[in-house]
Amino acid sequence: MISARLLALALGLSLAAPIHAQTKDWQAVLDEARGQNVFWHAWGGDARTNAFIEWVSAQTSQRYGVTVTQVKLSDTAEAVTRVLSEKAAGRDEGGAVDLIWINGPNFLAMKEQGLLHGPFVADLPNARYLDLSPEAPASVDFTVPVEGMESPWRLARFVFVHDSERAPEPPRSMAEFVTWAEANPGRMTHPAVSNFMGATFLKQALVELAPDPAMLQEPATPETFETATAPLWEWYDALRPNLWREGRTLPENQGVQQQLLNDGEIDIAMSFDPASTAAAIAEGLLPDTARVFVTEGGMIGNVSFVAIPYNAANKAGAKVVADFLISPEAQAHMQDITVLGSFSVLDPARLDAEAQALFDALPTAEALPRLEDLGPTLLEPHASWMTLLTEEWSRRYTQ
Amino acid sequence: MRAVPALLLAALVAPVVLGLWQTGRAAFGIMPALGRETPSLEPWRQLFALPGLGGSIRLSLVSGLGAAILSLLIALALVQALQGRLSAARAARWLAPFLAVPHAALAIGMAFLLAPSGWIARALAPLMDWTRPPGAASVNDPWGMALMLGLMVKEIPFLMLVILAALGQVPLARIMAMGRALGYGPGAVWLRLVLPAIWPMLRLPFWVVLVYSVSNVDMAIILGPANPPVLGVAVTRWFVSPDLAMILPASAGAILQAGLAGAVIAAAWGAERLAARLGPAWLARGGRGPAGAPGWMAGAVLRLAAMAGLVLMAAGLLAMAALAIWSLAFRWPFPLILPEAWSLNAWSMTAPGWRRALMTSVLLAGTTASLSLALAVAWLQAAPARMRAEWLILLPLLVPQIGFLHGLNVVFLRAGLQADLLAVGMGQMLFVFPYVLLSLSGPWRAVDPRLMRTAAALGAGPWRRLVAVRLPVLLRPLLTAWAIGIAVSVAQYLPTLYLGAGRVATLTTEAVTLASGSDRRVSGVYASLQALVPLLAYACAFVIPAWWHRDRRALAGAFR
Repeated sequence: MISARLLALALGLSLAAPIHAQTKDWQAVLDEARGQNVFWHAWGGDARTNAFIEWVSAQTSQRYGVTVTQVKLSDTAEAVTRVLSEKAAGRDEGGAVDLIWINGPNFLAMKEQGLLHGPFVADLPNARYLDLSPEAPASVDFTVPVEGMESPWRLARFVFVHDSERAPEPPRSMAEFVTWAEANPGRMTHPAVSNFMGATFLKQALVELAPDPAMLQEPATPETFETATAPLWEWYDALRPNLWREGRTLPENQGVQQQLLNDGEIDIAMSFDPASTAAAIAEGLLPDTARVFVTEGGMIGNVSFVAIPYNAANKAGAKVVADFLISPEAQAHMQDITVLGSFSVLDPARLDAEAQALFDALPTAEALPRLEDLGPTLLEPHASWMTLLTEEWSRRYTQ
Repeated sequence: MRAVPALLLAALVAPVVLGLWQTGRAAFGIMPALGRETPSLEPWRQLFALPGLGGSIRLSLVSGLGAAILSLLIALALVQALQGRLSAARAARWLAPFLAVPHAALAIGMAFLLAPSGWIARALAPLMDWTRPPGAASVNDPWGMALMLGLMVKEIPFLMLVILAALGQVPLARIMAMGRALGYGPGAVWLRLVLPAIWPMLRLPFWVVLVYSVSNVDMAIILGPANPPVLGVAVTRWFVSPDLAMILPASAGAILQAGLAGAVIAAAWGAERLAARLGPAWLARGGRGPAGAPGWMAGAVLRLAAMAGLVLMAAGLLAMAALAIWSLAFRWPFPLILPEAWSLNAWSMTAPGWRRALMTSVLLAGTTASLSLALAVAWLQAAPARMRAEWLILLPLLVPQIGFLHGLNVVFLRAGLQADLLAVGMGQMLFVFPYVLLSLSGPWRAVDPRLMRTAAALGAGPWRRLVAVRLPVLLRPLLTAWAIGIAVSVAQYLPTLYLGAGRVATLTTEAVTLASGSDRRVSGVYASLQALVPLLAYACAFVIPAWWHRDRRALAGAFR
C-alpha cells in the first residue's frame, strides 16, 4: 500500500516537473527504440487478438520504426519459464522475451523473483490517460500492487455464453448452476482448472458462495481458505456428476470449450470478453443463437497488462509498444466490435474531446451486450487464492 | 575421413547426456537461478506428492505399451496378409502419406473423426436419430483409447516398412516353402520361423516406437485424457507452471519419464530373452494344431489384426481428409456430413502467419535433411560395415525428449547460443540425422559390390567411384532418406518449442498451439500444410528417380 502511495506521489511529482524534461527523456527512448523488433510473448489461441497485434506492429513501425513480432504462447507461463531459464544460464541481458501479456499469478511470480524491469509505467506519455490512483483497477492486479512494473492494455470481464435456442433459460446465479445441470445433465462444463478460465469459473463461484467475500481480498491462510471454500466444494460436488462427461474430462481452455458449444456438445460456455460472442457468430464459430449472460450479483473482471523482463533485449522498443497500447487510437481500435471488442482501460474522465470522439464513432452490434447489461464488476480475489484453489481442486478431483 | 563416425557419434550423444545431466541436477534440487544450491531429495518428495502422478504413470504405460505392441502385431499381420502382393518399393509409396503426416496433424484430424460430434457420429446420426451429439467420451477418454488409436495409425506404417526392409535380408521364399512343406499354416510359419529370423533387425525400431509411445506429448495433448494426462503431458505442464519452483519436481518428473522408457525397453528385452529361452522347446514340440486346421488360431488372430489394421489406415486417411475439408469450411455444425457453407477465409485471413511458418519449416527441414544426408553419406563412406557403437546414433530417439530438452536448453544458453533458427536446427539434427542414416544404411550396404569393383578395375579412385557410380545408383534411396528427414524435421514439436524459446514458429508449433484454440478451420489450414510439405518431399523421392532413370529399368524404382 505504501509503495502504491509512493507511486502516486511520484506520478504527481512528474506531472509537476517541467514538461520538457519528460518529453526529452521520452525522446531518448524513442531514438533508442527506432529499428528495434519487439518480441511480444502473448497467448496465441485467439485469432482476433493475433490480428490486433499485427495491426499494432504495422502502426508502431509506421510511427516509431518499431516492429512487433508476436510469440504465440499456449500458456503465458512458458514465457515466465523462459526468462527464468535465461537467468539460470546467467543471461542477464539480450534476453529473448521483450514484452509479456501477463497478469495474476504469473505477474506475482515474476515480481517476487525479480524478473521484471521497471517501474516504467509512469514514464509513458500516454499514462496521463490512466487512472493510476492506488485503488484503481489499473493499479492492482489480483490485489497485488502493480507499482509501475506492468502497463495495462485491455479490460477483461468474465461472462457466460449460452445457446439461446437449446438452453433458453440459463442459470441466474452460481448456485442455480446445480439445478440447471441436474435438469440438463452433460450439457455444460468448464475449462480445466489449470487454465485461467477454468480457475476463474471456480473463483466466480467462490466470490458468490463464500460466507464473507471480503476475506478474499487478503492473502489466503490455511484457516481462511478452509472457511471460505467449504461451501464451494459442497456446491462443486453437487454440480460435478452432471457436467459434460461427468466432469472426468475437461476442455483444455475456453477455445476448446467454445468449439464444443459450436459442435453442439454443450449449451453453456464462458469467455473473458463480452464482445467475443458477437464476433464469433460473425466468423461462423458459434451458432447465430449464441448469447451472453451474467449472474445477478455481477461477474469478476480484471485488467490485462504487459510487462518487460529484466533482461529484455529491446526495452526501449517494448516501452514504445506499451505506450502505444494505451493511446486513445489503439484503445478505440481495440474496443471496435469488428476488431476485438475489449473495453478500454483508459479513464473516460481524462480523455479530451478529440479522444472521446474516437470512442463515440465506434459501431455497435445487436449481439453485443451493453455495458449496463453486464451488471457490477466483482474484484478478483488475491492471487494466492487462485494458486491454492487450483491445488486443492486437483487434490480433490484428480483420479 | 575415418574420424567422421566417431565425431558424429560424439555430436549426437553429448547433447543428450549433457541435457540429461542438467535435468538431473534440477531433479536433485540444484537450480542456482532459484537460489537452490544444495542437492536434496525434496523435488522427488514433491513429485510423488503431486495428485494424479500414479494415474499419469499408469496411463502412459497402458496406452504406450498397448499402442506399441498392437502396432507390432498389426504391422506383422498386414505384411503377412499382403505378402507377395506388396514389394518394399510399392509399400513405401503406399505408406508415404502416413509416414509423412506429422503426429500433431494426424491427431487433430483423428480428434475430429472420433469426437461425439465428429465424422463417425455424424454418419451414424440419421440412423440413431441423434439431433445432439451422443454423450460418449470417444476422445480424451480417461483410458487413453483415442490416444492409442492415434499412435497406432502412425506406428503401424513405420513398422511395416521396417519389417518389409528386414524381409529383404532373409531368404523368405525358402523359409516359407520349408515351413509349408513341414505342414505348418502360413501364420504358423511366420510366428515360428520368419519372426525369429527378422527380429534382430526389428528390435531397435521397435524400441524407438516403444519409447515414443510411452513418452509422446504432442499427440497426447490433443487426443489423450486431461485429468490426469499421460506423464509426458503432465511433466510439460509442470515445466510451464506459473509457480516457478515447480521446475524442480518437473525435472524429477522428466527423469522419471526417462526411467519409465528405460524400464519399458528392459521389459521388452527381458521378454525377448525369455522367448529365446523357451522358444526352441516350443519349436521342437512341433504342434501343428488340430488336424485339418493347421495353425488356425494364429491364422485367425493374424487375419483379425490385418482387418483392424486396414480399418485404422482408413481412419487415418479420413482424418487427413477431414483436416483439408475443415480448412475450407465456413460453418460445419453437427450433424452435417459436409460443411453448411464453404469459404477460403481460413486460408486468406491467416495468410501472413502461415506463410512465415511455412518458410521457417521449409528452411529448417531443407537444411537439416540435406545436411543429414551429406553427413550420412560421409558416415557410410567412412564407417566399417559393422560398427559396434552404431546403435548409439539411436540414443536421441531412445531417450524421451522431455528428459533432456529442458536441460539442453540451459546448456545451449550457457554456450552463448541464441534461441534462434540455428539452435532449433541443431536440436532437430539430433532426430533427423538418425532417421536419415537408418533409412540409407540398408540400401547403401546392399549395392552390388561388383559395380564398385568394376569401377575400381577401370581406374576410378574412391571419390570417382562414389560420385559416378554409387550415388547415381542410390539416387532413389538417397532421395527417400532425404524425404524422411524432411518429414522428421517438420514434425518436431518439443525441440522447436524449447530450443527456439517459442520464437521460432513452425507449422507444427503453430498447429499444436492452434489445436488448443477455438477455430478448427485455422487448425485445418496449418495441419494441412504440415502434411503437405513432407508429402511433396516424398513425391520428389518417387518422381525424380523415375524420370532421371527413365531408361534404366532396374534403377527407375517406384514406377517399374
